[in-house]
Amino acid sequence: MKIAVCIKRVADSETRVKTGADGKSLDDAGVKFILNPYDEFAVEEALQRKEKAGAGEVVVVALGGAAAQETIRTALAMGADRGILLQADAVPADGFVTAQAIANELKAGGPWDLVLFGKMAIDDYNGQVGPMVAELLDLPCVTAVSHLTIEGTTVTADREIEGAIEVVQCPLPAVLTTDKGINEPRYPALKGIMAAKKKPLDVKPVTLAAGAIEVLEMTPPPARKEGRIVGEGAAAVPELVRLLREEAKVL
Amino acid sequence: MTTVLAVCEQRDGALRKVSSEVVTGARRIADALGAEVEALVLASGPASGADQLAGFGADRVVTLTADGFTQYAPEGYAKAVAERAKAGAVVVVCAASAQGKDLAPRIAAKLGTGLAADVTDVMVDGGALMAIRPVYAGKALLKVKLTGKPAVLSLRPNVFTPVQRPKAGALSTVAVSVPAGRVTVKEIKAAEAGALDVAEAPIVISGGRGLKEPANFKILEDLAHAFGGRAAVGASRAVVDAGWRPHADQVGQTGKTVSPTLYIAVGISGAIQHLAGMRTSKVIVAVNKDKDAPIFKVADYGVVGDLFEIVPALTAAVRTNA
Repeated sequence: MKIAVCIKRVADSETRVKTGADGKSLDDAGVKFILNPYDEFAVEEALQRKEKAGAGEVVVVALGGAAAQETIRTALAMGADRGILLQADAVPADGFVTAQAIANELKAGGPWDLVLFGKMAIDDYNGQVGPMVAELLDLPCVTAVSHLTIEGTTVTADREIEGAIEVVQCPLPAVLTTDKGINEPRYPALKGIMAAKKKPLDVKPVTLAAGAIEVLEMTPPPARKEGRIVGEGAAAVPELVRLLREEAKVL
Repeated sequence: MTTVLAVCEQRDGALRKVSSEVVTGARRIADALGAEVEALVLASGPASGADQLAGFGADRVVTLTADGFTQYAPEGYAKAVAERAKAGAVVVVCAASAQGKDLAPRIAAKLGTGLAADVTDVMVDGGALMAIRPVYAGKALLKVKLTGKPAVLSLRPNVFTPVQRPKAGALSTVAVSVPAGRVTVKEIKAAEAGALDVAEAPIVISGGRGLKEPANFKILEDLAHAFGGRAAVGASRAVVDAGWRPHADQVGQTGKTVSPTLYIAVGISGAIQHLAGMRTSKVIVAVNKDKDAPIFKVADYGVVGDLFEIVPALTAAVRTNA
């Protein structure tokens, strides 16, 4: 099974976000960067599928700056076979631009049995590159997969929708984006970390198209007004209910 | 007259509430651009609730029908909307719901443009369409300019409060021809009847480690019931990771981002990860035994003490007042 996993280097979810000098992006001083958590599920799923098939290749693809090599190495340490960095100055604000660059690479390196993405990146919350790549490659796509079975060439996937689970089927080859619940990502073992250093990692500079989404500014969210402690214990409940009704007007 | 498309959402032949939010957002953009709103419904036949969309500002409501459109058909829906958009729409507005998150990128890709996803505000200045998008789970806001022709955006549910703004809203039906999709919805396994999703519920009551054990979530469910079908029970990452609650209920940076009218955090200390997912709630109440817990920094109203006494007392008070 030949599987591509598209991953992203993102700021850790514990990051205290500060806007950089350009007023439009994260000040990354002191920020810890990690493999996007939703992409960890994609890497894990690819490894399990390959192990199950008994043969195949897991190729990790990332678009980003030179530092994203480190993120690719993390996926290689988990067990992926090789990596490709589509090197650009920055990840564009327009997901379609990213999708075009990734789709071009996947077209050149295919065909693939499976192309996996995380359902979204925890930095830009775009959640669009996976299904866009599917459109560009004309492959069927299921997003936010929380449970997956593949029998022969038939994919059956669960997706969470509001108050229900949607069960979706499509044939392989396909593009799937992974959600929490699909598996438990493994931690890279020391042996894997050592092996990852020797695995092939192609760095390919890419020229990105101009996008249709331009970032004007990045600002902190409006501060919430100072709250107050209503009281202690069950005795405070009547006053809480009164405030919710008369002041906040939410009851 | 230029057109702003509002892509509505139906399940089982009935329009979902988020559709009125999408039409409301589309109306705001259309007013600023001097355009008309065309509400699009994709279904296998007439959808109930389509006649309500005029009230929120739809100049016309077009139901695109095809045999495969009884359930969500990702490929067919995307093709039908993209073709409609190519007929002269300047903006395509979707919902950032579970369906919209799947559909909007496909539409944008078919139109060869990017998507401003999960938007919480829109504005037009000098003819340019701009949107606010929370990033880093709401720890920062991006202001973006959309230059796509057409521009495609998805609106975060529960943010664009439906506003009555009556327009003609003439109903019509257009049969569209789309090839059978490769991706098909086989089944929708409904959760508990009438259960609300945390991302959509007007009231969310979330529990954390302070609940001590999974069975104790019963007291939060009792409080939710006291609100009479308007409340959903959420959870912190810690208790989801511990297997106490399903991931579908998780609020936070690696879970759902919610903006309910009332958010009640019970036994949740308020890690930055969690605050990111609920800080845009309109009113926040926190119940925690630790008066120094960070959750009290964002809570409008805090009650310090034993949640096992406070929550049942609150449930009783809500029941009495309901």
